Amino acid sequence: MLARLRSAPPRYWLVVIVMVFFVGLPTVISSFQSSEWALVLVFAIVIMGLNILVGYSGQLSLGHGALMAIGAYTTAILVHRYHLDYLATIPIAGLVAGAVGFLLGIPALRLSPLYLALATFALAVVTPSLIKRPDKITGGVQGILLLPPQPPQFASDAYATVTSGPAMTSEQWLYYLTLAIAAVLFWVAWNIVRHRPGRALRALRDGEVAAAASGVNIAFFKTVAFGISALYAGVAGSLYGLATGFVSPDTFPVSLSLQLLVGAVIGGLASIPGPLLGGIFTFWLPIESSQFVSSQTWLPSQVSSVFVRAGPSVTYGALLILIMIFARNGVVGLINSGYTWLRRRLRGAGDRGTGQMPPDPQTT
Amino acid sequence: MQEFLQQVLSGIASGGIFASLALALVLIYNAMGLINFAQGEMAMFATFIAFLLLDRGVSYWIAFPLTLAVAFAGGILIQRIVIRPLERAPVLTLVIVTIGLATLINGVAGFVFGYVPRSFPSPFSVQTVNVFGAFTSYRDLGVIAVSAVVLVLIYLLLQRTTIGLAMRAAAHNPEASRLLGVRVSWMLALGWGLASAVGAVSGIMVAPIVLLEPNMMQTIIIYAFAAAVLGGIESPLGAVVGGVIVGVAVNLAGAYLVSGDLELAVALAIIVAVLVLKPNGLFGRPSVRRV
Repeated sequence: MLARLRSAPPRYWLVVIVMVFFVGLPTVISSFQSSEWALVLVFAIVIMGLNILVGYSGQLSLGHGALMAIGAYTTAILVHRYHLDYLATIPIAGLVAGAVGFLLGIPALRLSPLYLALATFALAVVTPSLIKRPDKITGGVQGILLLPPQPPQFASDAYATVTSGPAMTSEQWLYYLTLAIAAVLFWVAWNIVRHRPGRALRALRDGEVAAAASGVNIAFFKTVAFGISALYAGVAGSLYGLATGFVSPDTFPVSLSLQLLVGAVIGGLASIPGPLLGGIFTFWLPIESSQFVSSQTWLPSQVSSVFVRAGPSVTYGALLILIMIFARNGVVGLINSGYTWLRRRLRGAGDRGTGQMPPDPQTT
Repeated sequence: MQEFLQQVLSGIASGGIFASLALALVLIYNAMGLINFAQGEMAMFATFIAFLLLDRGVSYWIAFPLTLAVAFAGGILIQRIVIRPLERAPVLTLVIVTIGLATLINGVAGFVFGYVPRSFPSPFSVQTVNVFGAFTSYRDLGVIAVSAVVLVLIYLLLQRTTIGLAMRAAAHNPEASRLLGVRVSWMLALGWGLASAVGAVSGIMVAPIVLLEPNMMQTIIIYAFAAAVLGGIESPLGAVVGGVIVGVAVNLAGAYLVSGDLELAVALAIIVAVLVLKPNGLFGRPSVRRV
């Protein structure tokens, strides 16, 4: 056991550290901040889905915000109108969004990835007005209010015993629920991409004709990849609705879909930790930057109000371009190449005087 | 019947606007197999430049070509700075870059010009005129005329001049063109400049109708996508025909079927229908791929 632990590659330790960080987080931050971090994890989930699609299969979706809207509204309508248990609606929301993605993927994926980008972009632009229409069901422009779900007894008790403090709030419960779902979905994604389906996806990303010639069913893998990706978005949308307690057409504008793409690109395409970093970044950047700007009293109010609205777009746009030109694998790619460089330097330095090579860390 | 005819006429007018923007998309698609998601935002920015010129008291008929020249230069500049480093990159990378460009230009326009909608002058009066028993405005007729002139000019440039031939050759077979002495990279830049100028025409034409603000083109670009897909994404003629069809269809749907913002859903329906029924569009050729 000990030997196995010692030989575990560093990334396993990283996973443990990250899990400990996220499990412990609500005990040191306020209940409101837990709800914000729950949204960070929601972003991470949908960006993970987008990453499966963009990073691994080489297709592009600009409509994941709309797919989130479908998930969020599925949950909201089922809970609000049909009084279903909110926990049961989360997988339903995922399946509904996944089905929509699958169906949209069938025509859009027959040609080049451009067409999927185009069709999903149109979907993202149209969705808010489509949602407003059947206002008997969706509540129209007013949207639907959701009551915050109360934590179940066992979780509440466990939390109170561990922290020996006050009982678990509904925000903290939602945070842990989101964390658990995110952990499962990240684990699933990791398993998809490192096994046969993942190899098939990467093969068709890197050379569609060659992949087809090697026996990869192109149409099947493309549509299923988009379906899975949409399922992630639906689950995330459902959790988003529960965590904010409110869904309305304006919660899911086009800019949300673009923001998600930025998250996927910044974190690092075709990487598993990338979406987590992307989620953290895209969630906090608009909030932190607008807080920073409004706290600068020397700025005239018109300037700061324009900055709050235009600032994130400018940053996102510039970052997308710069990352694509200079660091196509995002932050994770930079960290990886930095780590490799560092290791090479440390191992290669040796003892200059005697010409002795340093010991190989693998053999000691 | 008369109302129907009127709707068709004003549909053709908006179709002309969609056609210009769709033509800009087709120009870039032909040059490098890429859909430029920033086309609408580039047109919006050019329209703001026209607005600034007009605001300074420049006459409309000087400001118009001046704006097109600026848009042309801007398009070339964007290609040189942003697209050229990625000429050999996969198309997915390039598409993400154009999305980045769209976001960036939108944000910069918001920064510089603000989000207050402004009215934009039209050289044509909104007075109504009787055409074959249907009432339409001089503005609609003017839009149709301007779009038609632009489309004919682009056609002549591409089909009847040496530079047009070089551009088409560079797009069709870059390797062979390079061997024959065509400066392929500059031809791509020229394509971007041309597309940017053509897009600017659509921006200037649409601004009097929808009011000028940074998000002005967000819906127009969807109609242009629908027009380009319907016409067959690589066919300039298809872009024009597709634009007019989309314009008329959207106008008729708006008048008789759906109301208000649901007109956009018509565009989405057209895109999906074309992809299902005739993926290469009306004028596109089926694509053949080689390993």
